[in-house]
Amino acid sequence: MDIRLKALLKSLWVYHLSTGSCNNCDIEVLDCLTPRYDIERFGMLPAGSIKHADLLLITGSCNRQSVARMKRLYEQVPRPCFVVAIGECALSRGMFIHSYNCPQPLDRIIPVDVYIPGCPPKPEAIIAGMVKLLEKVKKK
Amino acid sequence: MIHLIYLLVFGFLLTACIGLAASWIDRKVTARIQYRVGPPFLQPLLDIVKLLGKETVLPAGVSRVTFLAAPMIGLASVMVVSTVLWVNSLYPSQGFVGDWIVALYLLAIPSLSVILGGFASRNPLAGLGASREMKLVLAYELPFVLAALVPVIEADGSIRLGDILNFQRANGATATSPAGALALLAAIVCMQAKLALVPFDIPEAETEILCGPLVEYGGPPLAIYRLMKDMLLFSLPFFLIILFLGGVRCDGVHLFWGVLKYVGLLALITVGRNTNPRLRIDQALKFFWGPVTFISIGAVLLAAWGH
Repeated sequence: MDIRLKALLKSLWVYHLSTGSCNNCDIEVLDCLTPRYDIERFGMLPAGSIKHADLLLITGSCNRQSVARMKRLYEQVPRPCFVVAIGECALSRGMFIHSYNCPQPLDRIIPVDVYIPGCPPKPEAIIAGMVKLLEKVKKK
Repeated sequence: MIHLIYLLVFGFLLTACIGLAASWIDRKVTARIQYRVGPPFLQPLLDIVKLLGKETVLPAGVSRVTFLAAPMIGLASVMVVSTVLWVNSLYPSQGFVGDWIVALYLLAIPSLSVILGGFASRNPLAGLGASREMKLVLAYELPFVLAALVPVIEADGSIRLGDILNFQRANGATATSPAGALALLAAIVCMQAKLALVPFDIPEAETEILCGPLVEYGGPPLAIYRLMKDMLLFSLPFFLIILFLGGVRCDGVHLFWGVLKYVGLLALITVGRNTNPRLRIDQALKFFWGPVTFISIGAVLLAAWGH
């Protein structure tokens, strides 16, 4: 594994994007930054700007308005970048599958690397998902 | 030729290593204060290596030269000022008259490079952050220069850092006199603002969540900015140590005292960073042009009257 990938995996900056979520998944993601779970020990920091992001954490059921913006944000991220879908709404629109406002699930719009199910997933599940992402990238 | 070696070894390598270690100490102590574990030792270096490996994205319509040159201007000025400070500490006879002035204005350039980068980004949030950084620079440069004038006055008006160091070696550190102590206090507060750390990180995180002037920077340009900030985390306290605390004498036990002085200043920076809320820009302006300037003027007057 070359040094670029090694450094990337040890220093992932997380950009948190909500495409119309109820906010529970967002709260659980924020919990990961608190002292109890502390993802900074893995080098993961919250990124302020999309240009600083390595990892897009996407929650929410992708309603029409936010999909337009999410696509623009995805185009602006400097590669290499990973996409993680958190929560049932991001996986498959969850209970909003018959809604008029959520036409497509997330992975029909942008490529997703890791799915973290749960409504909302516990911080332990989110961290386990991150570990699975690191293992998946290392294997490639 | 020898100056090139000074620039690369002392100005860049040594400063970068110590700066990255200092940045880690700052993050680790912050984490422990917040009852967390904190990042591993190589984390600041890994951040920079990772950023060097990402692609550079230029916003549409920016001036390519300004956008990409801004971080390099900042890094170059920090390298040169570190070289000047190191050479004065290691080989005191190789300084030159006026290097106090050179150090002062070179230390102002990193903030200017952030402002340049912010305005070159063609983004309203970056412009807002850069204008706040400009106001902050206006605020703290005045008391900082006044405070840095005190060691010059005490060393009989010589603007050569080598003479200031020799004076302190003969008569005790500047900070042991009342004027010097007041000036050190003002200079430490101005240093916190120069490093753009809480309570004065107004330009950085004020456009809240979106990083201020560095919004559009990613990849290698951002790596250069971060390296510049980490090196500044070493150079600024080093400058204050040379002016007020007697410098770092690199022979025998004095090296230990020098390290202790630097760690003490770093501890003050970190504790200040963790125990204060962020100020608004108008509060910061009133603070620097009010109490801090009065303290600096008081220190200059005391020094002029011989205390």
